[in-house]
Amino acid sequence: MPPENDTGLADLDRRLILATQGGLPLLARPYDALGSDLGISGEQVQQRLNAMLADGRIRRIGAVPNHYAIGYTANGMSVWDVADDQIDELGVQVGALPFVSHCYRRPRRLPLWPYNLFAMVHGASRVEVEADVERIATLLGVACRQHEILYSSRILKKTGLRLSA
Amino acid sequence: MRGAVFRWGRPLKPAAETIDAIDRRIINALQGGFPITDEPYREVAAMLGLSTEELLARLESLLAHKVLTRFGPMFQIERMGGAFVLAAVAAPEDRFEAVAAQINAFSEVAHNYRREHALNMWFVLATETLDGIAETIARIEAATGLTVYAFPKEREFFVELKLAA
Repeated sequence: MPPENDTGLADLDRRLILATQGGLPLLARPYDALGSDLGISGEQVQQRLNAMLADGRIRRIGAVPNHYAIGYTANGMSVWDVADDQIDELGVQVGALPFVSHCYRRPRRLPLWPYNLFAMVHGASRVEVEADVERIATLLGVACRQHEILYSSRILKKTGLRLSA
Repeated sequence: MRGAVFRWGRPLKPAAETIDAIDRRIINALQGGFPITDEPYREVAAMLGLSTEELLARLESLLAHKVLTRFGPMFQIERMGGAFVLAAVAAPEDRFEAVAAQINAFSEVAHNYRREHALNMWFVLATETLDGIAETIARIEAATGLTVYAFPKEREFFVELKLAA
């Protein structure tokens, strides 16, 4: 969080977020360009971005690829119904598997949705994803009652976070 | 930050013919920490053996062709008092496109995927306040006439920020 007593800084950070949430300028001196839009120096822009990186408000500055376009044509959300008393220990182990990109515990929505562990697996084919999912099944063993793979078949939207001004 | 090296080292067939080896190196290089310096593109270009102009031109093209969906800071809204929540609806097939358009129209929807399941539309909400999630869900339910199932994360076991191209 920004310093509570410095609303000027919080306001500046918010304006910087609004100015960059669509992307960083593709100009040789992007921070100077942002600074001149915001009425501050490029140095100040760099300082605020560093501050937001340091406190976790920015996870990283970088590129977000379209999975399909770079060859990950099989994108499976594997979902698992894992015994409540074992999920935390097993979730850590599933998250540590090299092919799992995201792994979370989430609530069940019974009776429709019995799954409480979500693990994303991306591959060049469904055969590849299914082999990986088998490894998760082996790891979970009898602690898992049932599982499914929900493949994505279309990106409907992928803009990322958008604050409104 | 975790993920200093690519964890997904598996060889991929070159499924995407539109991108070449240089594009892949650019995508891989830009998923790390982009420099916060006066001329960051020049630094990255030098590391890749490219000119600044070629790097910028290729980045522009990768974004225009949606190989990259974004290039810039990735904000962690939870560190700013807001929330990200995964949610899903079962959209009737005969009005799937209309429901997708209705849901995508919400600026709070950061991304949205079609998945093969009775719950066939999965999207992520990003709101500036915690209350914003429930409000947005109520507005989506009113707009679509569908029940929105929310799957807030109860625990994060692993999140990878990079995808090897």
